[in-house]
Amino acid sequence: FPGLADVSISQDIPVEGEITVPVGSHSPDEDYSTLDEPVRDTIMRDLKAVGKKFVHVMYPRKSSALLRDWDLWGPLVLCVSLALMLQGGSADSKDDGGPQFAEVFVIIWFGAVVITLNSKLLGGTISFFQSLCVLGYCVLPLTVAMLVCRLVLLAGAGTVSFIVRLIVVVAMFGWSTLASTAFLADSQPPNRKALVVYPIFLFYFVISWMILTFTPQ
Amino acid sequence: EDGEFLGMKGLRGQLGRQVADQMWQVGKRQASKAFSLYANIDILRPYFDVEPVQVRARLLESMIPVKMINFPQKIAGELYGPLMLVFTLVAILLHGMKTSDTIIREGTLMGTAIGTCFGYWLGVSSFMYFLAYLCNAQITMVQMLSLLGYGLFGHCITLFVTYNIHFHSLFYIFWLVVGGLSTLRMVAVLVSRTVGHTQRLILCGTIAALHMLFLLYLHFAYHKVVEGILDTLEGPNMPPFQRVARDVPVVSNAVLNTTAKAVALTL
Repeated sequence: FPGLADVSISQDIPVEGEITVPVGSHSPDEDYSTLDEPVRDTIMRDLKAVGKKFVHVMYPRKSSALLRDWDLWGPLVLCVSLALMLQGGSADSKDDGGPQFAEVFVIIWFGAVVITLNSKLLGGTISFFQSLCVLGYCVLPLTVAMLVCRLVLLAGAGTVSFIVRLIVVVAMFGWSTLASTAFLADSQPPNRKALVVYPIFLFYFVISWMILTFTPQ
Repeated sequence: EDGEFLGMKGLRGQLGRQVADQMWQVGKRQASKAFSLYANIDILRPYFDVEPVQVRARLLESMIPVKMINFPQKIAGELYGPLMLVFTLVAILLHGMKTSDTIIREGTLMGTAIGTCFGYWLGVSSFMYFLAYLCNAQITMVQMLSLLGYGLFGHCITLFVTYNIHFHSLFYIFWLVVGGLSTLRMVAVLVSRTVGHTQRLILCGTIAALHMLFLLYLHFAYHKVVEGILDTLEGPNMPPFQRVARDVPVVSNAVLNTTAKAVALTL
C-alpha cells in the first residue's frame, strides 16, 4: 500500500467518534413482529382490510381508505367468483367451460388496465395500482347481481324472471358505476370527468350485459 | 503462502466485486434509460388532451361531409375519441354475438371482437397511410388513425340499431345512409389533401370500399355463422339458405321491439 506510507497520526490528537450506527426508527421491529406473529393474525388482518374495503364500496362515501392501502386480493376473489358463476352458460355446454372463464378474466383485467391508462393519460393523479384496486372492488355489486340472477334462474326462465333480472342488473350496474366514479373522478381535472366516466360506464356495461344474457344449460 | 495471504485474496476479491458492481450499475442505467424512452406513457399524453365538448363536436362532424376540396381540410390529431369508439364497437359486437348465439370454436368471443375491431382500425389506417405515402397525400399517421376512428361512429350507430331490430331492409337503409355519410366525409377529407385525379381515385376508392365492406361484414358475419350451424344441425330437410335472422332470445327481442315501437309512437 504505497499511498498510505506517509500517513501518520500525531500522538496528541485523540481519535474519537461513534462506532455504533444509529438504528432506523422501528421498522426492523415491525418486520420481526409481523414475521413472528401467528398465521391466523396475518390472515385476519388482511381479511379485515378486504372486508373494510367491501363496506366502502357498498356505501360509497368520500373516504380515502380504499385508495390509501390498495390491495388486489378483493378484486381477484370477485373476478374468480364472477368467472366461475358465468361458466357453462352457452348453447354448447360440452366444450365451453374454458373460454367462458378466460373471457371474463381477460375482460375484467384488460378493461381495468385500459381505464387506468386512459385516466392517467387524461391527467389523473391516481396511481396505477390504486386505480386497479378501485375498479376491481367496484365489481362487487355486479357479483351480487350475478348471484341473485342465478337464484332467480333456478326458479324458472320466463318473462317475469327476465324482468326481475333486468331490474337487479341495471340497479347494480348503476351502483358500480357510481361507486367507482365517486373514487376515481375526484382525481381528474373537473371539466374532464365525463371523459373518464365513459370508459368506466362501458366496462361495467359489458360485464352487466354478460350477466344479463347468461342462460344456464 | 499461495494466495492465502488475506491481503492478496482480499484485494482480488474486492476488485472482482467492484468490477461486477460497476457492470451492474452501467447495465441498470442503460436499461432504465431505454425503459423511460420507450415505455414512457407521456409520449401519448398530447393525443389525449381533449375536452368533452370537443369530442362531442367531432363525433357529430364525422357524419357531415364538407365540400371544400381545394384546400386541405383540418383533421384533429387526437386518439381519445377513436379509441373510445373502437371499444364501443367491441362492446356492440359482443352484444351482437351474444344475441345471435355465435359459437366460436377456436378462441373466445372477446378475442374475436377485439381482434376484428382493433385489426380494422390499426390495419386499415396503416394501409391507407402507406397508400397516401404512395399517392403523395398530405396526411400523417395520427391523423389517419383519428380520421378512420371517427369514421367508426357511423358503424357503431348502424350496428347498435340493427343488432337489436332485425329487419334486413332497415339494415340496408342504414348501411347506405349512415355508412355512406361517414365514408363521404372521409373521402372529402382525403380528396382535399391529395393532388391529381388518379391518386384521388385510388385513395378514395380504397377507403370507400374498405369502410362499406367492413360494415357489411360485421352485420352478416355473425348471422351467417348461426345459420350455417343451424343448417347442419337440423339435417338435410331444411329449405335452402334463408336470409332470416334466427336464434335470438325471444324475450329480450320482444322487449326491445315493443320498446322501439313505443318510442316510435311517442315520436
